[in-house]
Amino acid sequence: MTVPSHELMGTVTAESGVDGRAPLDETQVPGRARVVWRRFRHQKTAVAGLILVFLLVLMAFVGIHLTHWKYTDHDFNALQVGPNSSHWFGTDLTGKDLFSATMRGAQKSIVIGLLVALLATGTAALVGSFAGYFGGWTDRILMWIVDLLLIVPSFLIIAILTPKFRSFWLFVLLLGMFIWQITARIVRGQTLSLREREYVLAAKYMGVGGPRIIFRHVLPNLASLLIIDATINVSVAIITETGLSFFGFGVQPPDISLGTLIADAQASATVFPWLFLFPAGFLVLFVLAVNLIGNGLRDALDPSSGKSQ
Amino acid sequence: MGKYLARRLLNYVVLVFIATSMAYLLAALTLNPRTHFEGRNPPIPIATQDRTLSNYNLNDKTPILERYGTWLSGLAHGDLGKTWAGSSINAEAGRRMWVSGQLLLIGTILGGILGIAAGAYAAVKQYRIADNVLSTGSFVLLATPVFVLAILLQVMASRFNQAVGRKVFEYSGQYNPAQAGGWFSHAGDRLVHLILPTITLTLAGASYLMLYQRNAMLDVLGSDYVRTARAKGLRRTRALRRHALRTALIPSVTLFTYAFATIFVGATFTEIIFGWHGMGEWFVQSIQANDTNAVAAITLFVAVLVLVASFLQDIIVGFLDPRVRVGR
Repeated sequence: MTVPSHELMGTVTAESGVDGRAPLDETQVPGRARVVWRRFRHQKTAVAGLILVFLLVLMAFVGIHLTHWKYTDHDFNALQVGPNSSHWFGTDLTGKDLFSATMRGAQKSIVIGLLVALLATGTAALVGSFAGYFGGWTDRILMWIVDLLLIVPSFLIIAILTPKFRSFWLFVLLLGMFIWQITARIVRGQTLSLREREYVLAAKYMGVGGPRIIFRHVLPNLASLLIIDATINVSVAIITETGLSFFGFGVQPPDISLGTLIADAQASATVFPWLFLFPAGFLVLFVLAVNLIGNGLRDALDPSSGKSQ
Repeated sequence: MGKYLARRLLNYVVLVFIATSMAYLLAALTLNPRTHFEGRNPPIPIATQDRTLSNYNLNDKTPILERYGTWLSGLAHGDLGKTWAGSSINAEAGRRMWVSGQLLLIGTILGGILGIAAGAYAAVKQYRIADNVLSTGSFVLLATPVFVLAILLQVMASRFNQAVGRKVFEYSGQYNPAQAGGWFSHAGDRLVHLILPTITLTLAGASYLMLYQRNAMLDVLGSDYVRTARAKGLRRTRALRRHALRTALIPSVTLFTYAFATIFVGATFTEIIFGWHGMGEWFVQSIQANDTNAVAAITLFVAVLVLVASFLQDIIVGFLDPRVRVGR
């Protein structure tokens, strides 16, 4: 049997033992997540973005099974036909069903977007906070790497290495490598001021180690910044990935992404617009929805940003 | 101010040198121009392959640092080297850079002006219809990658041409090779071909800048010195222009030149989709063709453009912000 902690502390005596109700309950403070969610919920566009992302993800991962066409199938009785009841998004020159191809490409783009965003924001958080907290040589070396990566011709590196090695994970890693630097600088700046706060100093003088302080005290205080950054990074990563795939420097065949689908459709887009409109429409809607969520989160998590956007 | 600018310029030159050298070394290490000579029928003797590649400074059997040294000394004399097929990179770059330059210059200037003007206007009209239309439009454009925007414009132009029954918009190539008539008709033809690529780049640049400028302007509009300017009797437009806009311009100018490399990538999409033979198209082609020297030359071109943009930014910011001018 569990005993409420305030009984042990002796704050409540006989009466609480009678009905077993804790009198302190009415002053319950809503948690942070609850406050943020309430603020987020009141923004119509942000909620619309959330619903849209949910629907699009559902469509890509579940909707793809609603049609009996596979993205590898070729329907030789329906070459280059427009949207109809059998092929919802039409077919291309080889009879490939564009609905399943678009959903398959969207899966790839969404997965890459999420992975790259996690990787980039995670790296930025680690590098920025370690550089800011430890200072000295750690700071100098890490910031030198950040500056170096900012001037490296990143586009060129990805364009050369991805088609050469044809590895999905290398592509994700390279994409992640090149979008975290600015955030790392911001995190470093914030850490510089956080490490002078009383609770950080208190932990330090109690003998808590540096990495532990960073994970327990510094990074949780930067959560708002990091959550917003990760959200925006999803759309940045997806736009970069589709762009590189459009040139043939990203997702390599036989894999498909929204970018390769749009590249395939480009030459004949004026004659067979559905080849272009469906993958492009999915891409724009998804990025737009993610941006709407990002904006909503910014207003919900960071009241000082105001309603300026 | 002069000393400050000189220091910045030196800094940029060093950065250009590092970026270009890295691009050369990376390209020389990973790209293999020999693929063009291998597997041919009749086969080309290895000795001939080596001799040809050595002539173009592309032989992978030469140590990389030696090739780099040869390339650098060529660069110091203004020679960018040879393509894998032996043609002069200087000639090719000289032709292509004007094509890209035209697109980049017009797109950047129009995009910058449109973005800043629309952003400032939207901020002044906050939450009114004009603001809502501009902000929503920018937000949707921001979610639209350049290649989607370019192809969409092509599709729309083609539909429009069909509806009108006349070729109003051109969406392929720089000019019509069969164009008759004198100089005037040729100039008009080139202008028509320029419309859609320019709209693409302008909108892509403006959407980002507009939202940014709107935020910067909103921050400034509520500040004390703008109120003071009004209180001392300045007209609203004058107070907004002289005091609010001038301050709010500084972060946008910084952002716009910072994003210049991104604009070049945007121009690359535009060139490929609209069939313009510029530096961007060449960049993609030369990576695919394992053309080391061409890749290095194009990286140099982009790096110099970024340098010019950054230097211009320093001058403009120095002009706008007295704290920079006086020198820190």
